[in-house]
Amino acid sequence: MSKVPAAIVGSGNIATDLLAKLQRSEYVEVVYMVGIDPKSDGLARAREQGIETSAEGVDWLFDRPKRPQIVFEATSAKAHLANAPRYAAAGIQAVDLTPAMVGPLVCPPVNLVQHLDSPNISMITCGGQATIPIVSAVSRVVPVAYAEIIASIASRSAGPGTRANIDEFTKTTSLAVATVGGATRGKAIIILNPVEPPMIMRDTVFCTVPDDADQDAIAASVFEMVDTVKGYVPGYALRADPQFDGPREEWAGQGRVAVFLEVRGTGDYLPPYAGNLDIMTAAAASVGERLARSRALAAS
Amino acid sequence: MTLAGAPALDVRITDSTLRDGSHAMSHQFSEEQVRVTVHALDAAGVQVIEVSHGDGLGGSSFNYGFSRQSDIDLVSAAVDEANRARIAVLLIPGIGTADDLKRAHDVGASVARIATHCTEADVAIQHFGAARSLGMETVGFLMLSHRASPEELARQGRIMVDAGAQCVYVVDSAGALMLSDAQERIAALVAEFRGEAEVGFHGHQNLSLGIANSVLAYQSGAKQIDGALCALGAGAGNAPTEVLVAVFERLGVVTGVEPQAALAAAEDVVRPYIPRLPSMDRASIVQGYAGVYSSFLRHAERASARYGVPAHEILQRVGEAGYVGGQEDMIIDIAIELSKELHDDPESHRARTA
Repeated sequence: MSKVPAAIVGSGNIATDLLAKLQRSEYVEVVYMVGIDPKSDGLARAREQGIETSAEGVDWLFDRPKRPQIVFEATSAKAHLANAPRYAAAGIQAVDLTPAMVGPLVCPPVNLVQHLDSPNISMITCGGQATIPIVSAVSRVVPVAYAEIIASIASRSAGPGTRANIDEFTKTTSLAVATVGGATRGKAIIILNPVEPPMIMRDTVFCTVPDDADQDAIAASVFEMVDTVKGYVPGYALRADPQFDGPREEWAGQGRVAVFLEVRGTGDYLPPYAGNLDIMTAAAASVGERLARSRALAAS
Repeated sequence: MTLAGAPALDVRITDSTLRDGSHAMSHQFSEEQVRVTVHALDAAGVQVIEVSHGDGLGGSSFNYGFSRQSDIDLVSAAVDEANRARIAVLLIPGIGTADDLKRAHDVGASVARIATHCTEADVAIQHFGAARSLGMETVGFLMLSHRASPEELARQGRIMVDAGAQCVYVVDSAGALMLSDAQERIAALVAEFRGEAEVGFHGHQNLSLGIANSVLAYQSGAKQIDGALCALGAGAGNAPTEVLVAVFERLGVVTGVEPQAALAAAEDVVRPYIPRLPSMDRASIVQGYAGVYSSFLRHAERASARYGVPAHEILQRVGEAGYVGGQEDMIIDIAIELSKELHDDPESHRARTA
């Protein structure tokens, strides 16, 4: 069974880390990497690994005699908004690591199976990838009226794109916490911490739970989900068992479960503290793997 | 002299009773409390009154505490009540968004105070742009200013000014700045801005230096100073507005605020509704000493009660970890960790906290 040809568009930190992960894939073969800066370190690294690269933007990609079947977009939301229709017209399935939200919002263990045939898949945000599995783990046991997530990341791991578009992070993540996580309402908060040595990414998930909720069932569901995520993000771990608090008036009479997470990166290209970037590339790689497996099986 | 013939102000007092005080009120301000406070401050001549959840617009949450009434309703009531004063709102990017700012502006807020950790000013660039395009006056807030050197703080202030801030505050969120630390930071910002923007100071009382630092800030060139009536604010509270006004009056510094009216506002209007006055107790002094964000105090107290570990130990460890404003969730995380240590390994716990 031959691997499915793929391209990475973008040549920055995310693109380079994603390439390192996809090089281990059984089903995806990255054949192209496209950037816009000829001096890019990412393109140089890709060339060293035998990948055909260009600094001429996506036009070059469409001119290749051998078209990729999957493209991973690791540029900016603006660039993806421009490129997405062209990928679609060319029949290339897009996995979008930017916050452009062109395609359905996807968190692999929660809803990927529903979107395998979608021409475009949005990977939401790093904070979303870290926390939505937990919201879903709770909401598959009890109704969640409100879920709130707090993502703390090391300042050094927040690039200029994140910094210039922090509102897009909070809005996109809030939306996905509700629509993908299964909460009626969602809220997302992001904090940048400059402490040295840099802090490992931390995420906290708060969900309302009904007064009579089966706490053991919720905790078991959370443990199971953490194991599932660990399958593609090895550094994903609980800091403590889920914490339950009884109902309070100011919580509209609901109780609460709090889940404290740590996301340590694998250190493929980005340092281990940058769990926020690792979980994004790991989630995108796992989506790519699943899409490619479907294609490879269909073709064989 | 202004057109009305009133003397020009040497320094402008912004009162934050209804924003920083929200922490000390566990975010339970009622519309009536907002109205009577705004009325008294306005009558005393305070020109800018800040009204928001303690953690800014959109702060109502599990992480920071849910507001009794929405920010927008309280801002709207404050605007309605004020005759002369303008209403300011606080926005912390990452917690609230420019959409929240727009909603506050729609109900009449006219000053946007936009806060970041002192080394992360660039996350607020889009919000200063949004505030200016709404026609709001803009103020930048560099929180936990003791964590950055004067030079670094000046660089961060420059980012805010270039983004549209008309004033940048040195915010002593932990009440940790020691006299000359405050002076040097104000002077560095004044030198950097060269009149392009004003400089402000926001002091806390954790080590009892809120007023002294405010006076030194003024003497170093600050033109805007924050206070709160009865010191109502996070940690051991803010520099009390009524004391600031009295001290500046004695120093011959014109604030435009009538001292007797400020004292009456504090004593007769605000004090009666405060369930527990902020005080320099063990936990809040540790905040100043260890440089911990003042708003963490009540959260540490709640986690202390929930997990049976001392609040001051939680705060000490928060300081060691270098957590910044907004990371209230880490207080629970630390309390769980401390509680495990106390139960599983009391020996090593004693060694760590000795």
